[in-house]
Amino acid sequence: MTEALRAEWTKLRTLASTGWLLLGAIVLTVGVSAAVAAAVHVTSRTGQDPTKLALTGIYLGQTIPAVLAVLTISEEYGTGMIRTTLTAMPRRFVLLAAKAVNVAGLTFVAGCLAVAGCLLVGRLLLPGAGLDPAHGYALVSISHSSTLRAAVGSVVYLVLVALLSLGVATVVRDTAVSIGVVLAVLYLPPILAQAVSDPLRRHLEQIAPMTAGLAIQATTDLRSLPIAPWAGLGVLAAWAAASLLVGGMLLRLRDA
Amino acid sequence: MTSSTSPPSRPTNDPRREGFGSVLRSEWTKLRTVRGWVIGLVAAAVLCVAFTFVVGHGNQEGGCTGPPPPGSGPNSPGTNCYTGHPFVPTGPNGEAVADSYRLVEQPLSGNGTLTAQVTSLTGLIWTGPANIAPSLAHTKPGLAAWAKAGILVTPSTHQGSPYAAIMATGSHGIRWQYNYTHDRPGLPGAITNSAPRWLRLTRTGDTLTGYDSANGRTWHEIGTANLAGLPASVILGLFVTSPVSFQRSSSGAPTQATATFDHVTLNGRAVSDVRQSHSIGTGSQDYYPTLGTGSAHRPGNTFVLSGSGDIALAVNPLAGGDTASSSLWFGLIAALIVTIVVATMFITVEYRRGLIRTTFTATPQRTSVLVAKAAVIGVVAFVVGALAAAVGVPLGMHVLNGNGNYVFPTTTLTEVRIIAGSGVLLALTAVAVLALGAILRKSASAITTGVLVFALPYLLGQLLSGSAQEWLFRVTPAAGFDVLGVLPHSAQVDYPSTIANGYYPLAPWAGLVVLCAYAALALGTATFLLRRRDA
Repeated sequence: MTEALRAEWTKLRTLASTGWLLLGAIVLTVGVSAAVAAAVHVTSRTGQDPTKLALTGIYLGQTIPAVLAVLTISEEYGTGMIRTTLTAMPRRFVLLAAKAVNVAGLTFVAGCLAVAGCLLVGRLLLPGAGLDPAHGYALVSISHSSTLRAAVGSVVYLVLVALLSLGVATVVRDTAVSIGVVLAVLYLPPILAQAVSDPLRRHLEQIAPMTAGLAIQATTDLRSLPIAPWAGLGVLAAWAAASLLVGGMLLRLRDA
Repeated sequence: MTSSTSPPSRPTNDPRREGFGSVLRSEWTKLRTVRGWVIGLVAAAVLCVAFTFVVGHGNQEGGCTGPPPPGSGPNSPGTNCYTGHPFVPTGPNGEAVADSYRLVEQPLSGNGTLTAQVTSLTGLIWTGPANIAPSLAHTKPGLAAWAKAGILVTPSTHQGSPYAAIMATGSHGIRWQYNYTHDRPGLPGAITNSAPRWLRLTRTGDTLTGYDSANGRTWHEIGTANLAGLPASVILGLFVTSPVSFQRSSSGAPTQATATFDHVTLNGRAVSDVRQSHSIGTGSQDYYPTLGTGSAHRPGNTFVLSGSGDIALAVNPLAGGDTASSSLWFGLIAALIVTIVVATMFITVEYRRGLIRTTFTATPQRTSVLVAKAAVIGVVAFVVGALAAAVGVPLGMHVLNGNGNYVFPTTTLTEVRIIAGSGVLLALTAVAVLALGAILRKSASAITTGVLVFALPYLLGQLLSGSAQEWLFRVTPAAGFDVLGVLPHSAQVDYPSTIANGYYPLAPWAGLVVLCAYAALALGTATFLLRRRDA
């Protein structure tokens, strides 16, 4: 396992794209959060969730860890490298686990930086948008237990999205189609939820990976959430586990 | 030797044109012989239709009022639930209209003129909570901008009948309006004790003319209306109505207006001497939210009428209606994502496999190759989008109707525009992401960028609100979705014209022009880079 981990780590580390993607994930996440925080203007005294607003960037930023995870395995199929890899490491579950650990680790580091950047941006910019104690809103601070939960949960969310994407790519084996499938699985259910009425909407929001997983970001009005924060992250974890499991089974059953 | 190399079956009089034809044919062969792409494109159309069905099926009209069930949040729906939609009248040109008002009328036989002085116009706005039926118990003073009081002529009091009316309004001055969509301004200014207004409506055959006056002596003609087929005996009378105000809440607060009419004189032959008071379109089955049914009484020589409702185009969210395209757009996004994947791969796979070098060896005119690819994928995507919409639009309307939803009436022309527009939307997006693929040359980055740029603005637009949302649907590629717009904007109604309510900021084809500009930009950049870079 250690050798498999090291081999996968070397492959990931020595690709120029890995560094750029991780940097891009951080910049995109923090950038979108900053743009939203700068553009928002709040007049009402209730109904806003400053922490969730500060973490808006995750919404778009999650695509990049997803792409990184997809590339980790689909590019091996694209270039034929997978055959070399499997010759060197015939235990395919171990190989997938090694890839998963590496992708998760890198996403975790980038996610921590991105979430910290988002919270900082929220702390600095949101008071200017009318979300300050004078208007009845607490400043974004990691010392609040709910904000801490949202921050930690967002990092875990990014890691789980990456693992889900890795599983999908292991099943699909093609870069383009995998990315299409991952983006569709992430983004289509929330749009569909907007288009239909209750109770279908609520059920969709409870089982879709993105809407359920992002429930972790809410810090106010938790009763109106379709699913409780940690339970929602659990739904996403189930998606990630299922896709890795199916991916692993197929990896084992199919010829490369 | 040289003469035997060219196939004899090809005409040779225009070698350049001939060349492009064969490039086109080779690109078409490449597309149709990759099984995965064909499956993908068919799947795009099937997904679009399937999701149209799901969305239509998931929209049950009806709702719940009353107090929320115990143990649920304060914003939860109530326990008194119903299905089906209330009655929405249809106007003389087939459009959905609001036709709710208080009328005091006297049938007129033949030609005649009714004159009245409006001496006051005041109003009340509902302030009560959302979960109880509006009544006069919770109100505050306030006059809606489009509160209306004046003289109206109509062949019938059935809702949706043709009409013409001269009226004083809350803050839009004197107006001459007929048949729900036509509007001409007269004297400006509000009705006050010091500035009452005189109104006059004249009927001559099928022609109706509206006049206003500040003093009752010098009259200005504001406009005329020709209501073809007006019967000899018409209903002529005073009316008052007051529309829902969206000033304070996005769901709207019903209002009521009260007007005092003085010096009411009829020149003409009344069928009977009895003046009758009607409340039109304010029943429990009528969709327009009203603040009571109004009233009419006669203190001295004056008439005092109170009314609630509107005489104008029906708007969302009041009508709560769906449109021919409201269940289609989600399916289109799903089809868009699949099309983006296929269109990108159409060129990035050539780079990955090195086939692009063979392609450019066979056809050194790289622009021709790109144009041929764009033409092939564009036409195919158009067919996919148009076919999916041609099935999806009637299917969606059928399912919505079956679920008890109100669907705004649409003309065949509008449906054809939505179907063709969906095809063009998919075609332009396919061409743009193909160019993106030629620029980036890598599937991963091209598809991610393609989805983020061409599909996600629509998602973000749904989640944002107000001006940010409108901005997204004006300048980003999501503007292409404006082609799905069905509901007409109305300047005579105050309403929240948001995407969620079915109102798109741009005219249908203007939205496609914006998308076209993005596609042209991408294609131009791709051509430039293709010619400068090695393959």
